[in-house]
Amino acid sequence: MPTKNEYDAIVIGGGHNGLINGAYLARAGLRTLILERRHLVGGAAITEELYPGFQFTTFSYALSLLRTEIIHELELPKHGFMPLQMPSTFAPTDDGDYLFLGKDKNENLHEIARHSPHDADAYLAYGHMMSQVVHAIKPLMDSIPPDITSKDPEERARMAAIGSYLADLPPKVLHDMVRLLTGSSADILEHYFETDIMQGWLASSGIIGSKVGPRSQGSGLVLLYHSFGEYDGSYGTWAFHKGGNGGFTQVLARAAEAYGAEIRLESPVEAVITKNGKATGVALEDGTEFSANVVVSALDPRRTFMQLVDPRELPADLVEDIRRYKFQGVSSKVNFALDANPSFPGLEGADHLRGFLNVGPSLDYLEQAFDDAKYGRFSSRPYIDGCIQSSIDPDMAPPGKAVMSCFVQYTPYELREGDWDTARDALGDTVQARLNEIFPGFNDLVLHREVVTPLDIERTVGLSEGNIFAGEFLAPQMFFFRPAPGWNQYRTPIEGYYQCGSGTHPGGCVMGSPGRFASWQILGDLEKAKA
Amino acid sequence: MIQTTPFHPRTSEANQTGLWSHWAGYLSAEKYRMSDKFEYWAIRNSAGVIDTSPLYKYRIRGRDAERYLSGLLTRDIRKCRPGQAQYTVWCDDDGWVLEDGVILRLADDEFLLTTARANMAYFTGMAEGLSVEIEDASPQIGALAVQGPYARQILSQIAPEMADLAYFGVTPAKFGDASVTISRTGYTGDLGYEIWVDADDAVGVWDRLFDVAEPYGVIPAGQIALLVTRVEAGLILIDVDFKQARYAWNDDQRATPIELGMGWMIRDLAEDDRPFIGRKAIEKEIAGKTSRWRTVGVIADWQDWNRVYMDRGLVPEKDHSPNQGQFMLYDRDDCQIGWTPSFLYSPIMQRHIGIARVEPEHGRVGTKIQLEITIDHRYDMVAAEVTRLPFYNPPHKTA
Repeated sequence: MPTKNEYDAIVIGGGHNGLINGAYLARAGLRTLILERRHLVGGAAITEELYPGFQFTTFSYALSLLRTEIIHELELPKHGFMPLQMPSTFAPTDDGDYLFLGKDKNENLHEIARHSPHDADAYLAYGHMMSQVVHAIKPLMDSIPPDITSKDPEERARMAAIGSYLADLPPKVLHDMVRLLTGSSADILEHYFETDIMQGWLASSGIIGSKVGPRSQGSGLVLLYHSFGEYDGSYGTWAFHKGGNGGFTQVLARAAEAYGAEIRLESPVEAVITKNGKATGVALEDGTEFSANVVVSALDPRRTFMQLVDPRELPADLVEDIRRYKFQGVSSKVNFALDANPSFPGLEGADHLRGFLNVGPSLDYLEQAFDDAKYGRFSSRPYIDGCIQSSIDPDMAPPGKAVMSCFVQYTPYELREGDWDTARDALGDTVQARLNEIFPGFNDLVLHREVVTPLDIERTVGLSEGNIFAGEFLAPQMFFFRPAPGWNQYRTPIEGYYQCGSGTHPGGCVMGSPGRFASWQILGDLEKAKA
Repeated sequence: MIQTTPFHPRTSEANQTGLWSHWAGYLSAEKYRMSDKFEYWAIRNSAGVIDTSPLYKYRIRGRDAERYLSGLLTRDIRKCRPGQAQYTVWCDDDGWVLEDGVILRLADDEFLLTTARANMAYFTGMAEGLSVEIEDASPQIGALAVQGPYARQILSQIAPEMADLAYFGVTPAKFGDASVTISRTGYTGDLGYEIWVDADDAVGVWDRLFDVAEPYGVIPAGQIALLVTRVEAGLILIDVDFKQARYAWNDDQRATPIELGMGWMIRDLAEDDRPFIGRKAIEKEIAGKTSRWRTVGVIADWQDWNRVYMDRGLVPEKDHSPNQGQFMLYDRDDCQIGWTPSFLYSPIMQRHIGIARVEPEHGRVGTKIQLEITIDHRYDMVAAEVTRLPFYNPPHKTA
């Protein structure tokens, strides 16, 4: 009979990947404990009432790349899963005009043609190219990559199978894939489009969360990654969960608990307890110990390998790889409680406010915003991805009022001058001033403002250097190499100690695959040990 | 000449798409916005407003109204008290369903029966010798369905008298200056109400409603959104899930209440002393267990659905638009056992679902079956399972 503090598996961190991992383990019959440091689960995917009546998605704000398999396997609709649709994209241009795209393909073509007939046609070609590449690469994203360091014939065969798979792709698709994986988003977008607004709007997906500009090699990979959203049968579509991303992680928590997982809040883990190279449990900061033969870290690789365990227990190569693993967060949030919806000159109604607001009117604009960050300053004219979530979910703000989430780039974790505690308000002012340019009178609507810098993300959520993906999307940190060669299959050198955070394959965003794949590995290892 | 509903001055302003369908001879918005799914989510998460005025509305009153209806309708109308409504069907002598509809009991001797098709000659023909007056009030009454979890919160600000209305309750109410009837009914499977209003007051009611509702994200919702929600709610649709027995060419096209999943309406037949049209045939059907079909839900296996598309190099289709083609159902030995005429991808279930008719022996919940679909002009079989209706049944629907 197990005592109170004995479990089959302990998951450290109740973010979305930790919850998903814990849910899968509990579903398989393991007595599972999920430990969360804060007073609520969700990690970076939380919703908080930071101003009376206004629900803020403090950090993560959209249901982006969630894998549909998880929705089905964990029976999320039973627990309140509701992916509300964001029906539009509104992208103001530099000269007071805008690009306003909705859900009707042909209407959108007219809207793009208003800017350039060439770009309208190109939009279809670009969309088809992206969908084909996403479709081609999907099997690689949706499976555990082989261990590139392994001599095991099975792993070698899996490597060879990837080679064959790629060789069987249509050459054009393979070539476009390489362009995206290695090149800059600007190179791709300038090939397809001639207008600043189309280039700027689409390039925005190639900089999210990453210390790259649209002209940096590698931004293509970020662009591609963000196209893996998959709602209702088309690629590249994102949704907004009922109640914000905190609403989503509450659904996950209910699912995990329904399978029997136990969630313990306000339980910061001090260390993983190991014995003879095996994980045997965890110790909380207050000294409480829990034992289990499976311990899973949903934290980022730096915390997983350098903080929760003693790096001296790990191979030197791995420790060096983790030291070199890049975080360098560049993203912030500035969230507003507003007295009413903001208004855009010349547009009546609220339809243009019911989706994403993209402030990134050209490649130059984005690149110049990046220039600031290269030299340790936050962008004087930042990129903003805004959404007024109350316009599609009445539970987010009191009737007639609005809650607005603004994702902001670039805001480098390490400022050359000063620090984020002193620069926080200046960042808030910069973003607000930019919004006031777009929506005259915006300043007068602000009831409350919440500025969340990379330092705040690190402090509150625990993501090192405030990197929203638990490590950058750079080729040497992806696939076989995420987080380090030889350790990309969710195991660690310590037997029974696993990783399931966004720092593992495939990576960040509210995708859930790391948590799911790690559960496969854990359950497979337990099965093997039994045999 | 196509008719317009009493709300047309407002629906025509609101319809940004120019897409209208014809519903019982009236213009009815297919969708108001480019994204009908947005309207769908308004119904499921806030509230959607649907102009259901094209329904036929028969006012039935008089000393013998109850007696008349208890002989006409299959479900016992005597159990529906004033201030209540009933979903009901009516059959022919052979026990085939003629139609279904919702009836509101406005007073002891006054009812409002809504139907999808014209019934005046049939209804009056059945009233011979009774003290009952039947009036086709269709053009005089506008109907506005306010459906979604916020419906009560919004409507009760305008008409506080409806706040406590029970599921399938009916109440007179003041809506601004207009006198209306509000029933807690609808076709979406959500918390929802229908406002029955004199045609002349319709536009005023619309305006008053949206004054209050707009800050909650309430929007008008068109036919497409309505038809998605009705499949999720497991509610059948005339000429899709069944055909009026009167106009059928053979018994294959006809169906009994039990075959359509309405067995619950006549569960108490033993204690029910009414003579009603079709009673004998229904009793015979029950006694002889001669029902040919069961109406059930089918839910496609998601992995198998993805597989058949991925095998063809395609992105798995997940289209929420109501597809009213007929998809055939087979048992595991490839023998046809039924069909689903109402099949779609449910955004809230995140699964492909259909209201189906299957042979009774295959109707048990959990029965593994196969669904035939067409991909790139080829037939393919997808694993599916028989399930209960409704698919979506939130607690707030009846709470």
